[in-house]
Amino acid sequence: MFQLITPDGLPRRARKRMVNLEIDFCGIKAPNPFWLASGPPTNSGLQVQKAFEQGWGGVVWKTIGAPVLNVCNRYGTIDYRGSKIIGLNNVELISDRSVEVNLKEIREVKKNFPDRALFVSVMVESKKETWQEIIKRVEDTGADGVELNFGCPHGMQERGMGSAMGQVPEYTTMVTEWVSEVATRPVVVKLTPNVTDIVQPARAAVAGGASALSLINTINSIIGVDLDTFRIVPDVGGRGGHGGYAGPAIKPIALHLVSAVSGDLVVQQAGTPISGIGGIETWRDAAEFMLLGATSIQVCTAAMHWGFRIVEDMIDGLSNWMDDKGFSRCSDFIGRSVGRMTTFGDFDLGFQTVARIDHSKCIQCNLCYISCNDAAHQCIDLKDLKIADSSSDCSWPVVREQDCVGCDLCAKVCPVNDCITMVEIDTGRSHVTWNQLVADKPEVLNWDKMEEYRKQEHIKIH
Amino acid sequence: MVEHYKPHKYKAGEMSLPERFAEYFSRLSEREAVAEANRCLYCYDAPCVVACPTHIDIPSFIRKIATGNVKGSARTILESNLLGATCARVCPVQELCEGSCVLARDQKPIMIGRLQRYATDWAWSRGCKYFDPGAPNGLKVAVVGCGPAGLSCAGELAKAGFAVTCFESRSMAGGLDTYGIVVFREPVEVSLAEVKMVEELGVSIRTGVTVGKEIGWDELVDSFDAVFIGVGMAAVPLLSIPGEELDQVVDGLEFIEQTKIKALDSITVGQRVCVVGAGNTAIDCATIARRLGAERVAIVYRRSEAEMPCYHFEYQFALSEGVSFMFLTQPVAVLGTGCVEALKCIRMDLGPPDSLGRRSPVVVPDSEFVLPADMVIRAIGQKKRYDALEQLALLGVKSNNGYITVALESRQTDNPKVFAGGDCIRSTGEASTVAAVQDGKIAARSICAQLSERARLKHVSADHSRRSSQEST
Ligand SMILES: Cc1cc2nc3c(=O)[nH]c(=O)nc-3n(C[C@H](O)[C@H](O)[C@H](O)COP(=O)(O)O)c2cc1C
Ligand code: SF4
Ligand code: SF4
Repeated sequence: MFQLITPDGLPRRARKRMVNLEIDFCGIKAPNPFWLASGPPTNSGLQVQKAFEQGWGGVVWKTIGAPVLNVCNRYGTIDYRGSKIIGLNNVELISDRSVEVNLKEIREVKKNFPDRALFVSVMVESKKETWQEIIKRVEDTGADGVELNFGCPHGMQERGMGSAMGQVPEYTTMVTEWVSEVATRPVVVKLTPNVTDIVQPARAAVAGGASALSLINTINSIIGVDLDTFRIVPDVGGRGGHGGYAGPAIKPIALHLVSAVSGDLVVQQAGTPISGIGGIETWRDAAEFMLLGATSIQVCTAAMHWGFRIVEDMIDGLSNWMDDKGFSRCSDFIGRSVGRMTTFGDFDLGFQTVARIDHSKCIQCNLCYISCNDAAHQCIDLKDLKIADSSSDCSWPVVREQDCVGCDLCAKVCPVNDCITMVEIDTGRSHVTWNQLVADKPEVLNWDKMEEYRKQEHIKIH
Repeated sequence: MVEHYKPHKYKAGEMSLPERFAEYFSRLSEREAVAEANRCLYCYDAPCVVACPTHIDIPSFIRKIATGNVKGSARTILESNLLGATCARVCPVQELCEGSCVLARDQKPIMIGRLQRYATDWAWSRGCKYFDPGAPNGLKVAVVGCGPAGLSCAGELAKAGFAVTCFESRSMAGGLDTYGIVVFREPVEVSLAEVKMVEELGVSIRTGVTVGKEIGWDELVDSFDAVFIGVGMAAVPLLSIPGEELDQVVDGLEFIEQTKIKALDSITVGQRVCVVGAGNTAIDCATIARRLGAERVAIVYRRSEAEMPCYHFEYQFALSEGVSFMFLTQPVAVLGTGCVEALKCIRMDLGPPDSLGRRSPVVVPDSEFVLPADMVIRAIGQKKRYDALEQLALLGVKSNNGYITVALESRQTDNPKVFAGGDCIRSTGEASTVAAVQDGKIAARSICAQLSERARLKHVSADHSRRSSQEST
C-alpha cells in the first residue's frame, strides 16, 4: 500500500486567488467569516485548535459561567426522507467544565492562533459584580471579546439566565451596560429567537452599549413523542421537555430574524455589526446571511454532524462564487440584499408572471398538475400532445396561461431543474403598490369597488 | 458497464459508426450529479480515499458537487491527480473506490467515477485553470516518456518550480491514454487536454524524440539535475506461430490506436475476428472489432475464465457486446494463402498447480481444430523495453525481469539521480493509469525532497531580493 499523500506532500502551488475573505468584525480581524458558534464544537482547547488548524476564521467558545450538571440523552433530531438531522434539538446546558480550566485553555489557544477571532460566550447569574468579574477574567486571557449568552432556552432560563434575560429588553440593556462598563474589548450580545419581535431586544442591546449582535440562538421545540413508549424525545429517563432547535431546518427563520435586525434603522444608525447564526451548513448558506447583513457567520449543528472539515468547501466555494461575481472582498457584498427587503404593502402589484413548462425537460410525473389542480388555481391541463421525438403515450401537462395566477407552486413542486419557469409577462396592468393603491383609491377596501378596480385593470381571478 | 446491459447487434443502419464510438457513458446531468452527490455519506477517513491509488479526497469533491462548488470539486480532484479526467473514465472503479464504498454493503455504491468525470468535464468545458508554475528554482528535470506517469511527474515538478523537459518518441504525448484506450471509454481530446494543462505549467514536451537514439541516456543524466523514466512497455510480442506474417495478423495496440487517430470508416476489420489473449487490451480489441462491424469475434485464451487478466466488468461488457470466449484454447498456426483464412488451435487443460499455486495449461493431445477467421489480433501483453534497459544498466539503473527496479517509497532507481514509474516498473500488481499517476507524484515528491536544499541555495544566490516575494506554499 502506498503511503497516504496529503496535499502537502508536495509544495502545491494553487493558483493565486483574486479574492480576499478577511473580515473586520467590530474591530476584530479574522482571515475569513466562517466561525464556530458557541456549543459542543467549541467546548475545549483541543477542539478549537483543531478547528483553527482546519481553517475556521474564528470561534465563540462554549458558554462558560455558572456551575451546571448535564443530563443524558441531550439530542432529538428530525430526519427527512433519508436525510439525517435536518433539524436538531438539544437540552444541553452551558459548559460543564470549570471556568478555571476553560480560561486556561482559552489563553493557550489565543496565543497559538493570534490571527483568529476568539470570542468567549459568558453566562452568569444576574448580579453586576458576578458579570463584571467574569468579563475581567475573560479579557485577561487575551481573548478578543465576549459574547453574552442571553439566548439559551432551556435549563438556564429557569434559573433566571439565558433567554430569561434576552426575552426582557430592560434586562438585556441592564446586563449589557454592566458588562460594557468594565469591558475594554468588543461585547457581542447573542439574541434569542423566542420573542415576538426580535428588534426590541436588538435595540435594547445596542442601548446597553453592545459592540455587535449575534443571532439566532436555538428555538423552543419538542422534537416528538415515541409512539410505543409515549415518551418525549429526547427521553431523559422517562421525562422530557422543550429544548433548543437548530440545524438546516431553522435557516429561514434565522435569515428572517437577521434581516429584521440588519434592516432596523436604530441598529443601522448605531453601525452595529451582526454575526449570523442558524442552520448554516455550506458556503451558499453563509453567503445568504452575509447578503442580508451578517459580517461573520457561525456554525454549530453542521460541525456537529460533519466535523470541522466542512470549512474547506465553505472557504473554497465562497471564494469561487466571489470570483465569479467579481467581488474581491467580503465587504463588497455584505448587506447587498438588505435594501431589497420590504413589506407586502410595497410590493409591485403589476409584476406578473405565468408558469411555462419546457416539454423537452418534462419527465411527465404530473406533480405540477396535481398541485395546481388540488391546491392552486386549476390551470394546468393534461393533454395528449404530439411532441416530436417523444415516444411517450402519457399525457403532458400544459398551462393555460390566461388563467395562471403566477403563484409559483407548480415550479416549486417540479422535480426537474429549470423545467417550469415563471416568465414575466406584460399585462398592461399598472405598476402600483398596495400602499399607493389604498392611498389613491381608499374605496377599494370595499369589495364592490375592488371588483370595479379589477375590471378596469383586467384582473381576472380564475 | 453491466448495469445498462443491452446486446448490440450492430446491424447495418442500426447505429452509425460515430455513435458506436461516442463515449459509452453519457455525461451526468446536473440533476443526476447533485442527486448522486447527495447520496454520499461524506464518510470520515473514507475507504474510497484509501482505495484510490492517488488518494483523491473523494468525499470532499463529491460534497462540493452537492454544494454547487463544482469548480472547487475539480480542484480537489486535480490536486491529488492531475489526470483526474482520464482516471474518471479508465479507472477500474469497481475494483478501487467504488468497490470500497460503504454504501455497497446495503445499497448501491456511489458512482464516484462518473461524478469525477462530471466535475472535471465541467472544469474543462469552462477552461478553468487551477495551477500556476512555481517560482523557478533553477533546477532542470528530464522526463522520458510522456504517458500518465511522465505527465503527472512533470506537472507536479513544474508546480514546484522545476524546469521540466519531456521526451516523447511518439508524435503526440499522453501515452496509452492518447493511443491505447478504446475511444468509447476515453476520447482522445480528454488526454490531449491533460497534456495541454501540463504544457501550460511551463513543461516543454519534445515529441518525436526517442531517448537512446536521438539523444543518449548518459547525456540526459549528465545535463539534468534529475531524470524520471516513464517509458511504459513496448509493442505486443509475436505469437511465434506459423502464418503470423500474413497481413491480417495485427498488433492489438495498433488496432486500438487506429480508432483514436484515424477516420473510423477507413479502418479495416475482418468479419470473423479472433483475438488472442484475455487482458484489457484483448477486451478493447474485441469490442472495437464488434463495433466496427465484425460479425463474429472470438477471444481465444489458453487458460480458463478464472485466470483471465481482464476485469470482471470488462468480461461482462464484452459478453454484452456479443463477443464469444473460447477458453482453454491455444492458437498453433494461422492458416491461409495470401490472406488469413483460419486460426488453427489446440485444446488445453489445466495441469497441477505450480510452485506459485497457479495451474498452468497443458496441451490436450490430438485436439487440434480449425477456427475460420479473416483477421487475427494479437493481444498477449507487451514486450519489455530491453533495449533501453541495457543502456540504463550502464548508468547503474538496475532492472529485474525486464522491469526497472525502484525503491517503493521514493520511486528512485539504483542511480540516485534517476527515478522511474508507470508500467515500466510495475512488475507486480495491476499496471494502470492511476498507479502511473501516483508513481509520477511520488517521484516528483522525492525529487523535490532530494533537491530542495540545492534549489534553495541556487535560488538564494540567483536573486536575493526575490526571496521576500516568494509565494508561500
Ligand atoms: C448542543 C448545542 C449546545 C449549544 N450550546 C450553546 C451554548 O452553550 N451557548 C450558546 O450561546 N449557544 C449554544 N448553542 C446554540 C448555537 O450556538 C447556535 O446558536 C444554534 O445551534 C443555531 O446554529 P446552528 O443551526 O448552526 O446549530 C448550542 C447549540 C447546540 C445544538
Ligand atoms: S412537475 Fe415538472 S416534470 Fe413533472 S409533469 Fe410537471 S412539468 Fe413535467
Ligand atoms: S465510501 Fe461511499 S459513501 Fe463513504 S464517502 Fe466514499 S463514496 Fe461517499
